[in-house]
Order: sequence, then C-alpha cells, then structure tokens
Amino acid sequence: MVFSQGWDKFNLKGKPLASIVSAGLSKFGKLEGLYAREIFAQAAEEAYERCPRLDPKKDIKALFIGHMGESYEHQGHTGATVADWAGLLPIPAVRMEAACSSSGAALRAAIYAIVSGLCDVVMVGGVEKMTNRSTPEVTDFLAMASDFPFEQWHGLTFPGLFALMATAHMHKYGTTEVQMAHVAVKNHYNGSLNPKAHMQKEITIEQVLTSRVIAWPLKLFDCSLISDGASCLILTRPEIAKRYTDTPVHIIGTGQASDTIGLYERDDFTTLKAAKIAAMEAYKMAGVKPEDIDVAEVHDCFTIAEIIAYEDLGFCKPGEGGRLAESGETTLKGGKPVNTSGGLKAKGHPVGATGTAQAYEIFLQLTGQADKRQVDDAEIGLTHNVGGSGATATVHIYKRG
Amino acid sequence: MKQVAEQAFTIEQFYKNIGQKKLTGGKCRKCGKIHVPPRPLCDKCLSMEFEWVELPQAGKLLTYTVIHVAPPQFQSMVPYAVGIVQMENGVKLPGIIKNIPLEKIRIGMSLKMEFEETPQTQGWPQWPRYYFRPC
Repeated sequence: MVFSQGWDKFNLKGKPLASIVSAGLSKFGKLEGLYAREIFAQAAEEAYERCPRLDPKKDIKALFIGHMGESYEHQGHTGATVADWAGLLPIPAVRMEAACSSSGAALRAAIYAIVSGLCDVVMVGGVEKMTNRSTPEVTDFLAMASDFPFEQWHGLTFPGLFALMATAHMHKYGTTEVQMAHVAVKNHYNGSLNPKAHMQKEITIEQVLTSRVIAWPLKLFDCSLISDGASCLILTRPEIAKRYTDTPVHIIGTGQASDTIGLYERDDFTTLKAAKIAAMEAYKMAGVKPEDIDVAEVHDCFTIAEIIAYEDLGFCKPGEGGRLAESGETTLKGGKPVNTSGGLKAKGHPVGATGTAQAYEIFLQLTGQADKRQVDDAEIGLTHNVGGSGATATVHIYKRG
Repeated sequence: MKQVAEQAFTIEQFYKNIGQKKLTGGKCRKCGKIHVPPRPLCDKCLSMEFEWVELPQAGKLLTYTVIHVAPPQFQSMVPYAVGIVQMENGVKLPGIIKNIPLEKIRIGMSLKMEFEETPQTQGWPQWPRYYFRPC
C-alpha cells in the first residue's frame, strides 16, 4: 500500500506527540436513569481526581468528544453539552462522529491541537447512552453507520456485516466458530477482573457455541454488548507533562484511514484495509514493530473482528488469527495480551466512548495501575478502534513516560 | 439503454431502473470503470463523463449470513439470508437470498437477480428492491 499521511517531513519518528497525564472512565453497563452528559461527568470527575496538580477550569483549553448517535436521547450538539456538565464552559468543544471509532477520531483531533502548539492541555473523551432503547431500535441506530441504499435497504445489520466477514474468513482460511468462541471466553475472563466492566462473569466455549444466533455464524456471545458509558483523557504537550504527573504516558504514533462505506465494494472481506493502513502509519511514526507491543486493546465488536485485528495489526500472518486466538497467546498470561479490560465484548461497547476507553486501559497498564489485570512491565501499548464495518479505523501507540 | 441516456447518474435513477427490472451502472467514458451504484464523479480518474450500461443479472455468491435479529422494518422476515453476489461483469452487490432453504446456501453458488414491486410505504425512499434466487 503506497500511502503516507505526509508527516514524514516533521521527523516525528519515536517522539512523543502528546502525553496522557490523567484519564477517567465511568462504570460501563446499564446505567438506569443516567443520561449521557451525567455519565460523562463521572468520567471527568475521575480524571480530575487522579490529577490533583491539574486545575481543570484554568488549564483545559479545548474538548473533543466522540459520540455516535443523537437518536438514543434525541440529543445532538454533544460538545457544548458535555463541556458544561464537565464544568468546563466556556472552552471550545466539538463532537467528532466516526461511528464506533468516534473517540478514536476525537483523540486524533486532540493530538492535532497539541502538536500544532495551539493548546497546551485538552480533554478528549467519548460517551454513549444506549440501554434506554429496545434491541431492535439499537440495531436500527447502529446500522446507520453502514451504507443505507444497499446495506440497510437490503436488511443488513451490524452483526450481519461482521457475519459476512466471518463467513468469508471461515471459507478462505478455515477459521472455526470454536476459534471465535475463544476470543469471547478470553475477554469475559478479563472482564471478570475489571470492576468497571459491563459483564464481570466468566463464560465457557460451550455457552458461546449454544447461545442464540444473532446473524449466523455469529451468536449472542460473539457480539459486544449494548452499554452505557463514558471515557476521557487529559492530554498535554509532552514538554509540560511532568508538571501534572510524575508518570505520564506518551502517545508516540497515530494512524487513521478511510475505506468504502459499503463492505460489498471492497476487494477482500477478510481484512480491514483502513485498519492496516492506520496501523502501518502508526508503527512508522512510533518507530516500533508489532512484536514490540506489550499490551493491546483492539476493536472486538464481534469475535471475528478481534481475529481480523490480529492479522491487520501484524500480530500474526493473514489467516492465522483464528489459531492465534485458540493458542492462548493473547490471554493475560500469554506473550501478547489483548483486550485486558475485557474488550468491547465484556467491558461493554458504548460506541462513542470506546476509543478513549481503550486508551484509558492502556494508560492504566503502562502506569502499573491495572490491578488484577496488570501485564508485567508493560512499556508499549496499542489501541485499534474501528468505525462501522471498517470505513474508519484509528490506531494509536503509547509509551510509558 | 437509450431511454435512460439523459438521466442523472444517481442512486435514485439506479433504483428507478431496478423498477424497470434492469440492473444498470454508470461507465466512466475516460477510464472505463463501471460504477454500481452510479456516481457523479469517478473515484478512479475524477472524470464526470459517464454512459449508462445494462449489466448481467446473474452471478456467484461470495459470502452470506442468516439474520435472526433485525431492525423493526425487517423483523417479520427473520430468519432471512443476505449475501454479497459478484455479478458476471465483476460488480458486487448485497441482497436478500430467497427461494432456497437457508441450509442449502453455499459460497460459490450461482444466483440471479429478481425484482420486487415498489414497496407501498409512506415517506422516503420509494425504492423497489431486487433480491437473489438460485438460477
């Protein structure tokens, strides 16, 4: 793939672009009676409490918020709303929408603001309130991130689109439903160690295989959860990060790419080209290779998506993702722990919140605060956040400061 | 396709042609790429010059799924199969697969396009649907 974002001239290789000095995450799950802005306030509060040297009202100069859908609460204009509820008026605030990659895209926008030198300190986060709606309604709202005239109009759903990829992957590489089930079992185990996860219970391969079919070959336990939740990060220029914390986490690589909105238009249904390009750019900017990644949070909206992510991120060769899932290598005790938080699968997937929630987990891991999920001596982390069926992908790489 | 030669190269016109039981695309006069759906700007060479072409209505199934949980407007149909079909000229299209037991659907099978009447729904859009069935 010949593609460059044109940042080569700035000689950014391996240099910190921006630093995370604090982070916050609400509980994920069915948060009865709480609306998006109130959930975001919980995440903001944690980020403020973690960073006593930060004066939020004085220091934070802009807010970027990932939020996918105004349908859930009949509420758009999320930027100003959550800025108010986070106590940050009158700073400029804007909502970024890139489907399930909304806060991954917001993170990139925040990095632009820092790297440009216009802002010293910004807040970036994401939020979604989903559980106030019925499953058919949520299915309909999420489908808006796919092509209307050809995909939605012909009865495709989000599980349906990833099921099309799963069927193609099974046919081309011999990937099995059992291999996909291993992803679910691993992520539920990790989720059982995460007090903020939506689902904190272990499941078995048998339970996954016998759960009801949503979109064959994907079953209920192959699918991520419909959750409420919010996440946020406080980002600073790397040069001033130590004013706010002794243990910052530097973002050293960012990549983002776009693909056709319609899955049907792509050459290969077994890989996400946008994710491959985003990963290639992020690795190049960070000056690291897939084997250097100590811990990763990847976009497991469906179990097949984690398998494809392994391949697109270079953790294994194309077609070997299913076997990698089965091998145990990506479990907490394996050589390449993936989705230590429980992932979208068990931690939950309040879509707009997911990108920066992944960064929150990496922040905990690289600062030694991941408790029972802690990966020993984690120094370099990665997040992989996908919008829709892969029309947007963002990849970020982090290093312990 | 002379009768639609003056029509705009739009998704709306594509579905009007579907209503006439025709699968059509916009062929770029500069680079030859056939766009389904048609577009006003060729993504390959950025040309804005197109001609309508009528495309074959048979193809092979590339991948498929069986939907059990559907949005409200499709719930009465579950379970139903949706696949991506590669038509004989290489163009790919998603569509519902009918007239075959779900367990008999196989990747690689030959399918042909059929046409439904315009749905009698209120509001936008008023597009007729095509679907696929075994040859």
